[in-house]
Amino acid sequence: MTQEEDRIVYLDNNATTAVAPEVLEAMMPFLTKYYGNPSSIHTFGGQVAAHIEEAREKVAKLLGAASSEIIFTSCGTESDSAAILSALGICRKKNKIVCSTVEHAAILNLSQELERKGYEIVRIPVDSKGRLDMEFAEQVIDTDTAVVSVMWANNETGNIQPVEKLAELAHKQGALFHTDAVQAVGKVPMDLSKMNIDMLSLSGHKLHAPKGVGALYVKRGVRFRPFIIGGHQERGRRAGTENVASVVGLGKAAELAYNGIAEENTRVKAMRDRLEENLLKIKATRLNGDPEHRLPNTSNISFEFIEGESILMLLDMFKICASSGSACTTGSLEPSHVLRAMGVPYTAAHGAIRFSFSRYNTEADVDFVLEKLPPVIERLREISPYWKG
Amino acid sequence: MWDYTKKVMDHFLNPRNVGEVQEPDAVAEVGNITCGDALKITIKLDDEGKICECKFKTFGCASAIASSSVLTELVIGMTLDEAAKVTNKDIVAHLGTLPEEKMHCSVMGMEALQAAIADYKKRHGEAVDEIVEDEDHEGRIVCRCFGITDVKIRKVAKENDLHSAEQITQYTKAGGACGTCLDQIQTILDSLWKEKAEAAPEAEQEKDDFESLSVVQKVIKVQSVIDREVRPVLERDGGDCELVDIQGNTAYIKMKGHCQMCPASQVTLKNLVQGKLNEFVSPKIIVEDAGK
Repeated sequence: MTQEEDRIVYLDNNATTAVAPEVLEAMMPFLTKYYGNPSSIHTFGGQVAAHIEEAREKVAKLLGAASSEIIFTSCGTESDSAAILSALGICRKKNKIVCSTVEHAAILNLSQELERKGYEIVRIPVDSKGRLDMEFAEQVIDTDTAVVSVMWANNETGNIQPVEKLAELAHKQGALFHTDAVQAVGKVPMDLSKMNIDMLSLSGHKLHAPKGVGALYVKRGVRFRPFIIGGHQERGRRAGTENVASVVGLGKAAELAYNGIAEENTRVKAMRDRLEENLLKIKATRLNGDPEHRLPNTSNISFEFIEGESILMLLDMFKICASSGSACTTGSLEPSHVLRAMGVPYTAAHGAIRFSFSRYNTEADVDFVLEKLPPVIERLREISPYWKG
Repeated sequence: MWDYTKKVMDHFLNPRNVGEVQEPDAVAEVGNITCGDALKITIKLDDEGKICECKFKTFGCASAIASSSVLTELVIGMTLDEAAKVTNKDIVAHLGTLPEEKMHCSVMGMEALQAAIADYKKRHGEAVDEIVEDEDHEGRIVCRCFGITDVKIRKVAKENDLHSAEQITQYTKAGGACGTCLDQIQTILDSLWKEKAEAAPEAEQEKDDFESLSVVQKVIKVQSVIDREVRPVLERDGGDCELVDIQGNTAYIKMKGHCQMCPASQVTLKNLVQGKLNEFVSPKIIVEDAGK
């Protein structure tokens, strides 16, 4: 039983993931022995550059891109900012940015900032399942649009958005298309060489690489203005001495993700489905999102008439890690903007819990949650003035 | 992750007096599901008029449940007159402390208790306290998102010595969603504390070094703090400000650029500009909008 007690059931992989042991192993030499600067002329430093290029090829392979199309950055947010600001810098005469109401803060808050600076921001609304209003998108994307940026997959619901169709709409009007794909990369098979996406952001720590490294894909032929200016690193597209160990780690993680993508869509998906099916048997629950177009690892379930933070804190007693769309967990006073944009009623939005899996989860994790969670729900409902049994 | 005290966790994990009292003498329900927390308490009195039973049901986060639970423990054994004196500060004190952002949970506990006492009085044909009456019927709604009245804002501000709109958000939620009422809240607070200061003039009117300075010296001091501490912050949002005049302890400042149009400019003026001047020059300085 002691082993049981020490166990952490980690179902918050859309927040961040464990660094894969193979990734750490690949990184270690660059945190110890090979500390040289890849830009140095001497062999000791210069040899490191080859490992960065190897990592670049691995990331490119995962995306179905050419290695010259990959720029390493510090995180997904930096990639997002770099992409949007580059697009605006290139299309100086255009004043409009089109995104969606359910974007991550990396795009949402950037767009608000740009709005204050005088840009016109149009946010495509979603329906009750979180699906984009494509008719609206078609109407608002026009010749004044510099860039359309819509996430590939939503972090809260796992919803997959029709990025190719959106890219088509953007291109028809001469706009660039960017997608924040931090949740999709490694879970959704992609071949960017056959797709019309101009720029794509990814983040290392969402796919078992460490925190503090990301990448931006810029399609060959798409103009790019650097966000961080300085040295010649990344062929002048992103200055700053390379975060060598993490970049190598991201390369290894991309290789593992490439090999594991089938597993994500079979074994991981099956675990998610089993948890979801059984939790939805509890009275007064609802699934948030679009089950037809969704990441294989994510499930967002509302437990009505109770509040998310209380659920998470009771789960925490059993070392079960999940996250919530509730207001109280973040200190903000309103529930998740994604659930509100979907029109999820407040009775359900406050009690929404997101479970997100990775390939390191096991069937035993699912069993454990199915054993511990229903009594937690029942207990909180007994305390709730809204629960009438 | 919240830094809850052991006492909060204890009351959250082992809540006392959950449920509803049979044949209660007083009932109250405050909050609602839209706002994210709600509390229903039921109270029974013994023959001596003391609370012998008090039970709760709460929809909300850990601190809301803990606040409700500790409230029931607090009031059992009290007469209603004694219970009427219990405030949110008592609830917080018994929990050790609460994170600032969660103070509204303790306020909800106090409100439920006062509403229950009012309910008891109504049932027995007694006159209801003015404040409770006001809050239910006569207050002017300031925060539309959470339905918070000016009466409640004043009351909570007085009880907890709150001076900024941000604190009011933490204690009552008012202004925490769309934020359009933050200016109004600040105005309410300013006039509240101004009234208070005027009511007790001697205590507040101690001689300050700043007052004995010449006008030129005052301007130099204030201007340097504005240049160093205030303008760089405003410029980040495309705003700016200008010192127009100083009379006595009052500095007249004009907001410029984006700040001029910003709906929260009065909050910026009071929180940022006056805050910095109070910190770096003198706590006596009052900032007024020269644009008005």
